[in-house]
Amino acid sequence: MSNAETPAPAPAGPPPVETLTIKVDGRTVQVPKTMPDWQGKPQATTMLQACALAGVDVPHYCYHPKLPIAGNCRMCLVEFGTPVMDPATRQPVKNEDGSVKIARSVLPYEPGTPRGAIGCATPISPGMEIYPNSPATKQMREAVLESLLINHPLDCPICDQAGECKLQEYSVQHGQATSQFVEAKVHKPKAVDLGPRIMLDDERCILCTRCIRFAKDIAGDDALGIVNRGSYNTIAAAPGMKFDNNYTLNTVDLCPVGALTSKDFRFKMRVWFLKETKSVCTSCATGCNITVGSREDTVHRYEPRENDAVNGPWMCDAGRLNYKWIHREDRLKHVLIRGQKSNWATALKELTAKLATVAAGSAAVIASARQTTEELYLLRQLAAKLGALTDSVPRTQQADRLLVSADRNPNSNGARVTGIATGELGARLPLIAAGIRAGTITTLIVFGEDVTQCGIGADLLARLELLVVSDILPNPTVAAAHYVLPGCAHVEKRGTFLNGKGRLQKFLKGVEAPGDTRPEWEFLHELVHAVTGRNGYTSMEGLFNQMAQDVPAFAGLEWAKLGDQGVTVSI
Amino acid sequence: MAIVVDRKPLNFAERTYLPALLGGLKVTAKHFANTVFKGGNAAKLTGEGYYPEVPWRVEDGYRGAPYLVKDQDGATKCVSCQLCEFVCPPKAIRITPPGPNGQPADRSGAEKMPEEFEINMLRCIFCGLCQEVCPEEAIFLQQDYSLTGLTRDEMIYDKEKLLSLGGVAGGIQKWKHKLEEAREQEVFPVKSST
Ligand code: SF4
Ligand code: SF4
Ligand code: SF4
Ligand code: SF4
Ligand code: FES
Repeated sequence: MSNAETPAPAPAGPPPVETLTIKVDGRTVQVPKTMPDWQGKPQATTMLQACALAGVDVPHYCYHPKLPIAGNCRMCLVEFGTPVMDPATRQPVKNEDGSVKIARSVLPYEPGTPRGAIGCATPISPGMEIYPNSPATKQMREAVLESLLINHPLDCPICDQAGECKLQEYSVQHGQATSQFVEAKVHKPKAVDLGPRIMLDDERCILCTRCIRFAKDIAGDDALGIVNRGSYNTIAAAPGMKFDNNYTLNTVDLCPVGALTSKDFRFKMRVWFLKETKSVCTSCATGCNITVGSREDTVHRYEPRENDAVNGPWMCDAGRLNYKWIHREDRLKHVLIRGQKSNWATALKELTAKLATVAAGSAAVIASARQTTEELYLLRQLAAKLGALTDSVPRTQQADRLLVSADRNPNSNGARVTGIATGELGARLPLIAAGIRAGTITTLIVFGEDVTQCGIGADLLARLELLVVSDILPNPTVAAAHYVLPGCAHVEKRGTFLNGKGRLQKFLKGVEAPGDTRPEWEFLHELVHAVTGRNGYTSMEGLFNQMAQDVPAFAGLEWAKLGDQGVTVSI
Repeated sequence: MAIVVDRKPLNFAERTYLPALLGGLKVTAKHFANTVFKGGNAAKLTGEGYYPEVPWRVEDGYRGAPYLVKDQDGATKCVSCQLCEFVCPPKAIRITPPGPNGQPADRSGAEKMPEEFEINMLRCIFCGLCQEVCPEEAIFLQQDYSLTGLTRDEMIYDKEKLLSLGGVAGGIQKWKHKLEEAREQEVFPVKSST
């Protein structure tokens, strides 16, 4: 019953922020007085941030929203003005037409010359006017770029950064095409081995110190610094130190130029050929958001994709380089029935017939917590129909203070919420082993694990009447299988992972699956439909939405609602 | 105003096409006889020569087949920047970059050289964009206009073939120059290049 007298509740939302009114490029804008700094603490809003809020990009090199401010590259210089104050009344002086009089900043000793300030470190003040496109600002940018290029080698044809290089981009957007400099360029060391994964070209470095700040303040490995003086300034690792922590490759992303490059990606592919696919790292339960760079079905690199709810802009080196297995020569590419090449139609038909006759309780399902949530959900349905015991296999490692999780499975929580595992992963594995030994379990379905590594040896596998294995690479369990169903790497299919903190994140398909392999969810939904008679889902969206209705943790979710950055669910 | 030109109706002989056919055969027979019995081909007979016995000489600037060239020291000029591969409208070029563990470049200074470089001459439209985009002056459209082969594979020219057909095109050798400049700076005091 509606009651007209009841006052409407105050709209929920963040508390009102204190704002300042300034002008950017002649437009009046309201911007918050403070904004989060690199550590998330409120700090006075800078001119660069205010311009960004007004939709105007200020070029910058050393500034990075997730690093301490250094203010050394001068690329972000902008001309600005402040209201003229009457010294007697402390009130702004008015022009004749009643508007506030603005004084453009000028050099104190040469009042006719405009004086810029670095946008990245100059806080805004009430009534301030910023001129990010004024002729003076443009001249300052041209001058900064010209001096940055004085000693720059212009290696672009052989530089891995070309195509995503801020020096190239700003030179085109804000630079001038000619240089007044006629001396020989200063030469510095090239192809320097800075660490096991990083190659440094000192000539290309613009000395922004992003890498130094990252190493010191983010990675906590203060290994980098600048040596020598003046135009001989050179980035180097401290004597006797190697730049070899587990986060070094983030400096390759941070470096605005091609000074720091990845040894793994070196000379592999030009970046403009790479197709970018939004995905998630599978190497631990953190689930760092990544962009997969591939060309013609070959994955060339992973890069972190910013998600402040998960990984910020970073990822660890181990996760970043963990993609080579995708293109291994020995990938399982064929459906095998007792070692003989077969096809999907035959295998699924035979399996349907066999699974339909399995006695209740005589089957078990071991599904890897590296399978997608959808696949685990389908396997759980199959297991429920067969009355089967289910479990996953735990994988652990040493966690670190930044991103790496102690759980090496990307989807342990997915295994838990779908009911494949409860509590500790692997708790029911000994039961399954005992069941096989005792002959009560005669059918075993394994997805993505080598069970011989976890207490179910080849001798036990040999006792089974039916062993169905889906995997990507060969292993002893695959060798013992009666049915081998070749599956896909995550970049070859779509799906979701539920990370260690309950963030449900989707990943998309970047490359085609090789040979006869099929995404597991695709053939599983056929099999589950055939065995259980439940609705077949022909699309990932349909399957996900069905799962969201069945799994309480996902109530109300839809594939489309996951967005690019995922959704936190309560687990 | 449209002018209507009445077509003369063909007479019976013309309608059989035989006179035209025989007229053509006569020319063929004449050339056949000349070549076989008088020991002379068309080129000799005409002095100037006819294609294909005497290949047609094209003017400079003609856009024939694109080939890779070497510098005056015999080194591969291409640095595998893949701009030509990107710009090529029919995607005729396919470059395999050296990768992290590839073979080092055969000229010092530029650290990179293509591991493989293929042009599919069946796809190439001789547009010249590769030559225009190349920052190293490493690929030029040359005078070859008659490319033949018996299979499609044969028409994909690989790096070795492209380099051997391309010959030498000297230039400023900027990588070599950079290296020399760097070496000079290792000696103190540093000489100014001006
Ligand atoms: S850092 Fe940028 S400008 Fe310098 S050589 Fe590399 S791509 Fe070119
Ligand atoms: S190596 Fe790159 S990130 Fe480090 S100071 Fe030089 S330009 Fe900046
Ligand atoms: S001439 Fe044109 S079509 Fe031929 S390889 Fe060069 S860019 Fe491609
Ligand atoms: S031929 Fe020229 S444009 Fe093509 S890859 Fe080689 S250097 Fe680059
Ligand atoms: S971004 Fe470098 S000084 Fe502001």
